[in-house]
Amino acid sequence: MSNKKYAIGLYDDQDILLQGIKEVQNNGQMIHDVYTPHPVHGLENVFIIPRSRLPIAAFCFGCLGISCAFLMMWYMITYDWPMDIGGKPNFPIVSFIPILFEWTVLFASFGMGLTFFLANRLIPGSTPRIMDERATDDRYVIAVEVNDENEQTVSSLFRQSGAVEVKYKTV
Amino acid sequence: MHESIIRKPLVTGTPDMHTITEDVCRPLENPPSKAWWIGFSLAFAGFVLWLVSFGYTTWVGLGVWGLNKTVGWAWDITNFVWWVGIGHAGTLISAVLLLFRQNWRNSINRSAEAMTIFAVICAATYIIAHMGRPWLAYWAFPLPNQFGSLWVNFNSPLIWDVFAISTYFSVSCLFWFIGLLPDIATVRDRATGTRKQVYSFLSLGWTSSARSWIRFETVSLVLSGLSTPLVLSVHTIVSFDFATSVIPGWHTTIFPPYFVAGAIFSGFAMVQTLLLVARKVLKLEDYITIYHIELMNIVILVTGSIVGVAYLTELFMAWYSGVEYEQYAFLNRVSGPYWWAYWTMMTCNVISPQMMWVKKLRTSIIFTFIISIVVNIGMWFERFVIIVTSLHRDYLPSSWAMFYPTKVDVSLFIGSIGLFFTLFLLFIRFLPSVAMAEVKLLLKHSSEEAKSKLKKHNHVAEPTVEGGKVIIATTATIKKGESNEQ
Repeated sequence: MSNKKYAIGLYDDQDILLQGIKEVQNNGQMIHDVYTPHPVHGLENVFIIPRSRLPIAAFCFGCLGISCAFLMMWYMITYDWPMDIGGKPNFPIVSFIPILFEWTVLFASFGMGLTFFLANRLIPGSTPRIMDERATDDRYVIAVEVNDENEQTVSSLFRQSGAVEVKYKTV
Repeated sequence: MHESIIRKPLVTGTPDMHTITEDVCRPLENPPSKAWWIGFSLAFAGFVLWLVSFGYTTWVGLGVWGLNKTVGWAWDITNFVWWVGIGHAGTLISAVLLLFRQNWRNSINRSAEAMTIFAVICAATYIIAHMGRPWLAYWAFPLPNQFGSLWVNFNSPLIWDVFAISTYFSVSCLFWFIGLLPDIATVRDRATGTRKQVYSFLSLGWTSSARSWIRFETVSLVLSGLSTPLVLSVHTIVSFDFATSVIPGWHTTIFPPYFVAGAIFSGFAMVQTLLLVARKVLKLEDYITIYHIELMNIVILVTGSIVGVAYLTELFMAWYSGVEYEQYAFLNRVSGPYWWAYWTMMTCNVISPQMMWVKKLRTSIIFTFIISIVVNIGMWFERFVIIVTSLHRDYLPSSWAMFYPTKVDVSLFIGSIGLFFTLFLLFIRFLPSVAMAEVKLLLKHSSEEAKSKLKKHNHVAEPTVEGGKVIIATTATIKKGESNEQ
């Protein structure tokens, strides 16, 4: 694994963080990632992140769910073993509705949930690359990959924009 | 995001983000208090009682219950519906209130969702128990004929219920777990040794990076959108168990909305019962404020009124239908041998929530606590009245009978409450009981501190950042023509 050095700016206010991101980016530095203790609204406009496509995944899984439910019920009660229950029809579409709905929700939720885990590399037992442990507590963190050239620039940018602390971390 | 200073603060006191972490993590990082041990011992004793009575039922057979050939469905289904109903408030708080952007949900959603999951587990115990032969529980699943029974009957609301409850349970667990990830990561980053390893495993390696938060919020929103119709469908389908039959008193089209409203009503009451104790014992008064309690009481008032209207509508429709059987079923409810159950239900569910119109009462902690218990008793009686009074006098007067619960019935019920509280107490001991990240989100704009700062500066505009410092504009600067968004 290649060793990369990161400069880490810690901020204690979300608005100052947004300003900090702007300043770092305006000065031509590439931000590796931003870590925040809670979702910061408006962050995606400053540190450009494409819109998540997870809803599309949810829709596709939902379609899969409704199809599976329909095929299952049709196969069981209509095709494989048509049961005569009180003389009711063997292909009761109206009776299918509740389960069609439930499986749409079930597949959409779990399909999207699993996609979410995979997209975020959330796997049991994985060791996360934690830039600063206070990023899950009370610090907003900007991480910029640095080398000998831009190290000074980045750290002074952090300080100017109001970072309460600047650190380095080699991962 | 800017919030009007007129709105009441959602976080009182002067906590900063670190204080929130400390306050929420305290019960997890320190040995439990005496109160916790006492509560846990009682709850666990209840759970043991459940194990014994469940084991006895399974060993001897369903004959140990108070059922007879007229009342073939009573205690177990009452408790099943009661528990499932209680569960609904959790999903309402976590999903529906998220869709409606009710930020006050942020500090109560975690424990409410936990309550949902545990309540559904308790409900499931009754499904398993009432089968009599729980080892054949898999017959309820759509398995090939070779497994012992025929394919399940998809015309039956009971099989819809199997799908609805299992979907509801698993989706609630998923929603809860995804919401827990950032907070488990917070606990992980503070822990050492074995605890760190355990929480590290549970956090799945959450890093709180900007991208993961975007996905997190997207997933939460879509899951809410999916859970909202889901929670409505679940109690609708539970009501179909009754409404699609031809028993007078059950065969009514009002059941689905009436059951859903009743479920939310009883669920919020249970949330109040739990949170009023939890906020005190865990010292979370700054996050679960009187304002939260008041808002939940308003939900109780609204849903309680819907339930009240439904009761009266039922009576009216029974009379208006002109059907003798239907009319008798309701006359029997009101004035038959179970009149006391009916009037307990009416008093607890229709009259008591109406007191919430008085602001002094709905902001009183003791009064809220009493009403929350009263409502839960009332909602238990509602199910008992619907189920038992509709069955015990059937079409043939010679087979009219009464239902009396046996000791095993009562033990199973008390035991399920023990199971519920055992799980809940373990939850507040080992997992963060308030969604820390979501409360931190509110801190900047909705806390008492932020609002009083704004008020002090006689200020109406958004703070700006200049030279690494947050500048709060005063009226003077706004006059100069700066932004004046509200």
